[in-house]
Amino acid sequence: MDVIQVEQLVKCFGNLAAVDDISFEVRSGEVFGFLGPNGAGKSTTISILCTLVPLTSGRVLVNGFDVVHQPSEVRHSIGIVFQDPSLDIQLTALENLDFAAYLYDVPAAVGREREEQLLRMVGLWDRRDDLVSAFSGGMRRRLEIARGLLHRPAVLFLDEPTVGLDPQTRVLIWHYVLEQRQRDNLTIFLTTHYLDEAEYCDRIAIIDRGKIIALDTPAHLKSRVGGDVITLRSSEPRRAVDEIKEHFGLTASSQDDCLRVVVQHGDEFIPRLCRELTVPIGAVDLTRPTLDDVFLALTGREIREGGPAGPGVMEQAGSGVARRP
Amino acid sequence: MIYSPRADLRGVYIIWYRDVLRFWRNRSRFLSSLGQPVLFLLVFGTGLSAAFRGASGGNFGGAESYADFLYPGIVGMAVLFTSVFSAMSTVWDREFGFLREVLVAPVSRWSVAVGKVLGGSTQAVFQGCIVLLLAPLVGLPLSVPLILQMLVLMFVLAFAMTSLGIAVASRIKTLEGFGVVVNLLVMPLFFLSGALFPLSAIPAWLTVLTRLDPATYGVDALRRVVLLSTGSSPQEVATISVTLFGHVLTIWQDLLILVAFALVMLLLAAHWFEKLQ
Repeated sequence: MDVIQVEQLVKCFGNLAAVDDISFEVRSGEVFGFLGPNGAGKSTTISILCTLVPLTSGRVLVNGFDVVHQPSEVRHSIGIVFQDPSLDIQLTALENLDFAAYLYDVPAAVGREREEQLLRMVGLWDRRDDLVSAFSGGMRRRLEIARGLLHRPAVLFLDEPTVGLDPQTRVLIWHYVLEQRQRDNLTIFLTTHYLDEAEYCDRIAIIDRGKIIALDTPAHLKSRVGGDVITLRSSEPRRAVDEIKEHFGLTASSQDDCLRVVVQHGDEFIPRLCRELTVPIGAVDLTRPTLDDVFLALTGREIREGGPAGPGVMEQAGSGVARRP
Repeated sequence: MIYSPRADLRGVYIIWYRDVLRFWRNRSRFLSSLGQPVLFLLVFGTGLSAAFRGASGGNFGGAESYADFLYPGIVGMAVLFTSVFSAMSTVWDREFGFLREVLVAPVSRWSVAVGKVLGGSTQAVFQGCIVLLLAPLVGLPLSVPLILQMLVLMFVLAFAMTSLGIAVASRIKTLEGFGVVVNLLVMPLFFLSGALFPLSAIPAWLTVLTRLDPATYGVDALRRVVLLSTGSSPQEVATISVTLFGHVLTIWQDLLILVAFALVMLLLAAHWFEKLQ
């Protein structure tokens, strides 16, 4: 069953189409990722799905309810963790949850029980009576996740849920979210531009300039890039390039004493490579393609615009990875 | 969409409750908020009372002194200021993201607007009550009927002025912007309301401006019940009461005008809340 159905969704701001005719479905119980650079249309789409922003045209059903005609039912069906903080920092952790429980009409008795269960899960039960203003960014985010789950939504929206958090907290947050998913068959819809985070997804839609340019499992998306990257160091790089060409029919690129080769099943290739090369080899390294590489292969651009390009990714692109127009 | 009045009442209640809870949590502010009324009553009131006594006097509707005349005006001032400034919490909520959590919840936008107005009104009435506690300072004997009458009047004035504040706040995105607009708004509303001087013997141009100020009708009603309870005759009070088109307004008419103004502002606020994203 599809818990989210989006058909030919368009959202225009003036003449600009922020979301340009996208269609997709999200299955019940799935972790669905929306991946793309800032300004690609991720947040606009999520705002439409959450009934915060009216759509220009198209149809969107969430949990079977139409976002235009049944916003109240949609709102009961979803929980949201916004990109920006949305807690009342002058209230305590528990008061923030009480507020949400009341807004979402969670019966008081059930609410108490869930509040305790969720606060224990995110490790804030002992801090329940502390003002949120005393909480760190990671604690606040954890509390927001507890709040988003309080009314047992069918879909939990996470809009860039771990931006600005330390790696440890990011792992923790994913742990809670995935735990809830198993327990309640919760569907998770997240937007991110952290590629390592997208790996938690069952399926990923890559969005760029308002359009979905790919939608697949992370594994399938990666397989589009062409293969694994093997880096080896040799004191005689030029001879090594020749030998690789001769033995395996592969073109290696070299820079100083480093060589790079792109192959399928790199893990199985390394033993053969070491066996058959006669040149001295100093070190061998295997890199699996990341979603970074996928995005680059699909768009020809880095996902984090403005950031320094990783050397590995750049060279790999230069070494003949197929690009889609 | 299924209309659910229960969901809306829930929204009104919880929004109101949160505002009051936050207000109560910051109750240390109560003491500092006493400063302005005390200054007005003791320094301004006493000073001008003496000056008026020395000069030809002036008509204060049978009040024993200018300070007695001023007192209900200062109650109105406390209510007016607190009402309009309470709307700052809406801008604050927007700037700090909390408003989104409310806007995406399954309660209607108008219930959020009404909850906000009631929350601000409650705070304003509370501040007004604190000024009521100063009554002995100006020698005003408080009675239960007077307190009840003033509570009702303070609430209606607060409701009208908070609705105005919330309507303004729903259109303004930054705290700085709100501060600028509200400061432009609040001082004229205060000065034109008749809180400081009788509106009976002023030039025509000023008369027109004062009648356009909704706070005028709240201050007028507050002053009448105070003066009547301190022994001024209805005739004396009528000489300084607000007139509209040559007709002295009754307290009920004052209230009617305030309520009408409040409803218009509330509708505007609800309409603008509907458009928030």
